[in-house]
Amino acid sequence: MSEFLAMGGYGTYVWSSYAIFFIVLAIDFIAPRLRRRQVLAELRGRLRRQRKPSETSP
Amino acid sequence: MNTLTLWFHKLGSPPLFYRLAGILAPWMFAAALVIGMVALYGGLVLAPADYQQSDAYRIIFIHVPSAWMSLFIYLFMAVNAFIALVWRLKLSETLAMTSAPIGAAFTAITLATGAIWGKPMWGTWWTWDARLTSELVLLFLYIGVIGLFHAIEDRRQAARAAAFLALIGVVNVPIVHFSVTWWNTLHQGSTVRLLGPSAIDSSMLWPLLLMALATKLWFVASLLARTRTALLELEGGKEWAREEAMRSGGRA
Repeated sequence: MSEFLAMGGYGTYVWSSYAIFFIVLAIDFIAPRLRRRQVLAELRGRLRRQRKPSETSP
Repeated sequence: MNTLTLWFHKLGSPPLFYRLAGILAPWMFAAALVIGMVALYGGLVLAPADYQQSDAYRIIFIHVPSAWMSLFIYLFMAVNAFIALVWRLKLSETLAMTSAPIGAAFTAITLATGAIWGKPMWGTWWTWDARLTSELVLLFLYIGVIGLFHAIEDRRQAARAAAFLALIGVVNVPIVHFSVTWWNTLHQGSTVRLLGPSAIDSSMLWPLLLMALATKLWFVASLLARTRTALLELEGGKEWAREEAMRSGGRA
């Protein structure tokens, strides 16, 4: 296992490359989900404001 | 209208695309993950070390597929930009704009992993040679498209302006691809060829090709997820978007 992690002495280079790959793709995965939640919340807020006060309580 | 155009128009309708993308995206992400894990097991564990580069060459399994994606996504963006400018299809505008951040992500990965690979093999993180510089220009083009899209208030006008920039920037794609043949560069030439035999052993080739498939699937999945959100934003005033907002409110 430690031999595998060492990568023939190039461990730092190999694993930092893979770390960057996975971190960037993780951000790519999370970003649209957060944005979607935000957009939906904004839409709900807009809908609530458009209704009459008597109807506002959800 | 014949069946094909009818089908095309239906698919181009935001509510239908939104629903289909919602069903497809999780499966695409799952497939990309599973295939990617198999590919990386093949690349990191099963494939032997290189006779010249030892284990450092294993960066190839993420560097090269990412580089392919950086060009593939640019072409995808440019084709959609063209359709958006000529036929003003709303879905194409959206697809062109949502593919840009994914392309930028893969381009950034390519540049970063390339630099990390370059340090032990070439003795330098960076050099201003044709391949590296044109790939950096590609990143700037992506950032320019994203920036322009966010700089203009009107969403559809913004998309068309950014699509125009994306279309002009497409001249850079062949420059990146052929840079290693046109100029003398530090970067090595193509290892995998579509025509003729590849200069790579099959034990290293299959993980590489499988990883290319995984990144393609990842792109489709991420594109679907991003396009869903973008359509919801763009069509916020429409009935289907309101219904979706209320439905999601019930769930949360």
